[in-house]
Amino acid sequence: MPQIFPRSANATARASILGSLLLIGGFLFFLDSFNRSNYQTNQSLEIVQPVMFEHTRHVAGNGLDCRYCHTSVEESHFAGIPPVETCMTCHSQILKGAPILQPVRNSYEMGAPLEWVRVHDLGDFVYFNHSIHIAKGMACVTCHGHVDEMALMWQENTLQMQWCLDCHRAPEKYIRPREHVFDLDWEPEGDQIAMGDSLVEAYNINVGQLTNCSICHR
Amino acid sequence: MADRSHIKGSLDAGSGSSSGKLTPSYLDPDYRVFGDGMTYKSVTDKVTDIVLKLKTSKGWWLGFGISFMALQVLVISIIYLLIKGPGIWGVNNPSMWGFAIINFVWWIGIGHAGTLISAILLLVQQDWRTSINRFAEAMTVFAVMCAGLFPLLHVGRPWLAYWMLPYPSTMGIWPQFRSPLLWDVFAISTYLTVSVLFWYLGLVPDLATLRDRAVKKAKKVIYGFLALGWRGSAKHWDRFTTAYLILAGLSTPLVLSVHSIVSLDFAVSNLPGWHTTIFPPYFVAGAVYSGFAMVLTVMIPVRHVFGLHDILTLRHLNNMSKVMLAMGLVVAYGYAMEAFFAFYSGGQYEIQAFQNRVFGPYGWSYWALILCNVAIPQLLWFRRFRVTLVPLWMISNIINIGMWLERYVIVITLTRDFMTSSWGYYVPTIWDWSLYLGTFGLFFTCTFLFIRFLPMINVFEMRELIHHVKHHEHHDKAGHGTEVEVSH
Repeated sequence: MPQIFPRSANATARASILGSLLLIGGFLFFLDSFNRSNYQTNQSLEIVQPVMFEHTRHVAGNGLDCRYCHTSVEESHFAGIPPVETCMTCHSQILKGAPILQPVRNSYEMGAPLEWVRVHDLGDFVYFNHSIHIAKGMACVTCHGHVDEMALMWQENTLQMQWCLDCHRAPEKYIRPREHVFDLDWEPEGDQIAMGDSLVEAYNINVGQLTNCSICHR
Repeated sequence: MADRSHIKGSLDAGSGSSSGKLTPSYLDPDYRVFGDGMTYKSVTDKVTDIVLKLKTSKGWWLGFGISFMALQVLVISIIYLLIKGPGIWGVNNPSMWGFAIINFVWWIGIGHAGTLISAILLLVQQDWRTSINRFAEAMTVFAVMCAGLFPLLHVGRPWLAYWMLPYPSTMGIWPQFRSPLLWDVFAISTYLTVSVLFWYLGLVPDLATLRDRAVKKAKKVIYGFLALGWRGSAKHWDRFTTAYLILAGLSTPLVLSVHSIVSLDFAVSNLPGWHTTIFPPYFVAGAVYSGFAMVLTVMIPVRHVFGLHDILTLRHLNNMSKVMLAMGLVVAYGYAMEAFFAFYSGGQYEIQAFQNRVFGPYGWSYWALILCNVAIPQLLWFRRFRVTLVPLWMISNIINIGMWLERYVIVITLTRDFMTSSWGYYVPTIWDWSLYLGTFGLFFTCTFLFIRFLPMINVFEMRELIHHVKHHEHHDKAGHGTEVEVSH
């Protein structure tokens, strides 16, 4: 009776053991890498907006405070996207006829709001509130990065749950005095952790509670 | 291979000694593990012909057809569930668990017979297991597949079920290691893996037999591929035996651990009627009980249809009935203790939960459970019911129903908890039933395919058993100068 399989089948069988391990391992590694990639998280991707608004010019150049435009950041869950009237407080005087501002003037005249593309888009299953973070000494720059250096806005961090929990588990690593939350260039004097520990206590932050599911998923 | 000298003892167990001379017990039909005239060749022929030579019978097509249709019910139920979500089921506050968990526990329990027969009976060298272990192991694998579907679907978004595994995720959290539901994930996945490995490893020498006996090229290639290059050399057998015993050793604790952990899903919670220490042992006994019942339910018809009377003898049925009877008594003890401790505890909620169970709106299910699981199986004390096929088959079915009712009775405890204001009534919907029916489709479709394409009896172990018994017979008869013909 002739053999069913050629001699090389032995080698193939042995190789397939290693091969399938590599294949499965490689596939899992790919999935994990994909899940952490910018493609998946949108981290660091510059977003094209209907108006080429530059944070660099307005924040670093003109020295506008964050709250000049994002007015509700201290009272509301939502920091606020300024209405076109806010733009026109200056641009009715400055760069009056500039072509780059044509969409702004159109919007102002027609009463149709500008449709900005959302840069930081959390999942709908996440409850996030700006005001509490500001009130407890979490600075804009901690999450949003150096906005004053971004011509076009991008998402500075992954916004993955791991990233949220990094701070919720140990807020002392990032907390700063309330009066400096809007200061993009503030640096702690001395040890961040020592200062952080005392601020966490001073601001009555119950760290154990911060990782309850219902803090963010309501 | 293990020492087989004990076989003499087990075979002689029923022998009389009227004339002062021992009558060899293998002459007593009740104690045979195989019929008259079985030889290496005849047992091999008998089992492999079902796969290779016999024409696919009308009965098989009928059974497979019905099962396959039921499988389509499963597919439809799952698709509709994925579109609409678990809201199509009857589960709702306060009874958040319903059919899904009942059926999960029921199917898992059914798998236990296979593991017990294959692993524990192998280690304690009960040779009568040989002709039923393959079938029971296959049933284990299929039953665990059916069982696994339910929690997977009940999570609502099964495509995210991998979240239950501990892996370094971007969420930065681990699963809740203190939850029995997570222990379930480990217990069930281990159980499935070990069961599949054990079943497949045992199949390898028989797959090689099929490869060698196959005529068509395609069958040779497929069985040859599955046989992993088995040539039956001494080295192969040596390694095979070692691996098989190791897997048996690994499976043995699983018989006890899997259903213990399943029972902790209930027992760890602080709910009256669930929070009892007797749950793990009595769940394990119940699992073995229902497992043996299901093996009998399936094997009695198969034995009849394929004429396997010489391989599956009355001794097998008798022994399995005895195991069922013993397990039934353990389960009955569990029910008795539940009742006793409810009152002995003096806790008003415990007492009330028990009274609800027995006399409440679901009281019928409790009494049906007692009837199916405690009362009727007592018939197995009588030998007549252990070796007469039709009554035994009916009793095994009744036990299947009883074991399902047991889980039903436990789960619907949820409908009445501490606050009267939140009491409710659980009614399964058509989709609960269709999913349950569908898993029968999956189970029996797999079973029918297994019967048709794989050797349902362990051929090489049967040959070995025949060798040992014939050898033994040969020695007994040596004085008469009889030669036993053993053809290969």
